[in-house]
Amino acid sequence: MDLIRLRNVNKTYKNGVTAIYDLDLNIKKGEFVFIIGETGCGKSTLIKMLYREEKPTRGKILVGGIDVAKLRNRKVYKLRRKIGVVFQDYQLLPKLTAYENVAFALEVFGLTKEEIHKKVVKVLELVGLKNKAKHYPNQLSGGEQQRVAIARAIVNGPKLLICDEPTGNLDPKKSMEIMRVLESINQLGTTVLMVTHDINIVDKMKKRTILLESGRILKDYQEGEYHK
Amino acid sequence: MKALRIFSRNLRDSIKSVFRNFSLSLASISCITITLIVVSISVLLSYNVNNFTSLVEKDVTIVAFIDNDADEDKISEIETKILELDNVEKKNVSFHDKKEISKEMMDTSEVFSDIMKDWSDDSTPIQNTYQVKVTNIDKIGNTAKKIQDIDGISSVKYGEGMVEQLVSMFDMVRKICIGIVVALIVVNAFLIANTIKITIFSRRREIEIMRLVGASNLNIKIPFIFEGLFLGALGSILPIILTIIGYKELYKHFDGKMFSQFIQLVQPSPFIYYVCLLLLGLGMLVGMFGSWRAVRKYLKI
Repeated sequence: MDLIRLRNVNKTYKNGVTAIYDLDLNIKKGEFVFIIGETGCGKSTLIKMLYREEKPTRGKILVGGIDVAKLRNRKVYKLRRKIGVVFQDYQLLPKLTAYENVAFALEVFGLTKEEIHKKVVKVLELVGLKNKAKHYPNQLSGGEQQRVAIARAIVNGPKLLICDEPTGNLDPKKSMEIMRVLESINQLGTTVLMVTHDINIVDKMKKRTILLESGRILKDYQEGEYHK
Repeated sequence: MKALRIFSRNLRDSIKSVFRNFSLSLASISCITITLIVVSISVLLSYNVNNFTSLVEKDVTIVAFIDNDADEDKISEIETKILELDNVEKKNVSFHDKKEISKEMMDTSEVFSDIMKDWSDDSTPIQNTYQVKVTNIDKIGNTAKKIQDIDGISSVKYGEGMVEQLVSMFDMVRKICIGIVVALIVVNAFLIANTIKITIFSRRREIEIMRLVGASNLNIKIPFIFEGLFLGALGSILPIILTIIGYKELYKHFDGKMFSQFIQLVQPSPFIYYVCLLLLGLGMLVGMFGSWRAVRKYLKI
């Protein structure tokens, strides 16, 4: 069962730069997939199209049964509710505590305080930050902030977690902590798609790895095939 | 229940946001305040002008002088003919006997009574008259001419020219006021949209994250629209206070009349309270519209 299916996807930006050429890709439910490649190879464009931050110029993208290319602006939220996104720069709200940052994603849906509390505590526990719930982002280390961001991304129970260089700002030790968190999320059934530059991590994790070059898939390594 | 929770959360957030971004909120609020003050003045002025005009219009009368040799039959014939005219207020056609008029005039001043006491019924220059009011003041000239043409009428008087000029001048003042109000509201809605845009710009990250976690556009818009509503309401406080105190003082100062008995001011109560309601409504509407326009920009991809 494919969670993500791309067919002949092309993306040309308004300035004439083509970021993705005729891309075909299938990702199954429950997979953990790395996307690697040099800067400017189209990694970010590819995942931005998955959560509909960008629209493909041509081709078909299905994510969890939703035809992303045809999705209207007004309906984008329906897709976003099935997807969690984590960025390199965490994107936390500085005026809210770790708890509030995670709760923010739930308040939008009109859950009761009790429901929100239950869910937020559960995910903070999962990312190992239960005792730092009342800290503000500037009181947390980079790794901890990223874990808050991950908690926020998964608190709605998305089918797909997209991570755009989540370890980009972290040292190797903290990076591996994040990877362990992501792996445990993956083991709970969430499909994880991670863009990274860090081939050391890719090497250690032994997951399916897609190598992009100039907007095309150069190689699709299956689990355990990739060695640096 | 769920909708209610979302609603109360939106309400809470928008109040918080007004105070959290207070300096920017203040810019929007003062913008609304100044406009509403001008709107208030314009509304008070144009409503008063309207009032003067209708009072003046009510008072305008055509006086038709009847030939001295007309007998009673002739007079009643004239009355019938006047009543047949279409612009005449049927209830307000009245006959005034020359003796009555002389007596009234002699009562008003000694000078008159000294001069007039020697006049006999035949030598008096005062004539019997019909006083006629019209329904449409714009056509008064035409109606006066028709009355003039009736056999047995020697002349008509209705303050020719002066009345029309006065009425048209008042009408112009009223139109200018309305123009100013409309222009101000339109300009201000965009001004507020821009001010709120700055507020929202500082919160675009919040909006991005809301979008990211799957908030629908409406979900994102509503708190901002509420915020605009609040800013509008806060901005209308000062204009409302000024309107109430200012107009009441003005009314008291002039004792309800301006320049002469002729121009009467509108009673403050309940008139100014309606104006205040209008100001509040307008402020909230303009604030809401501004917010709505401003946030729209951030909800496109």
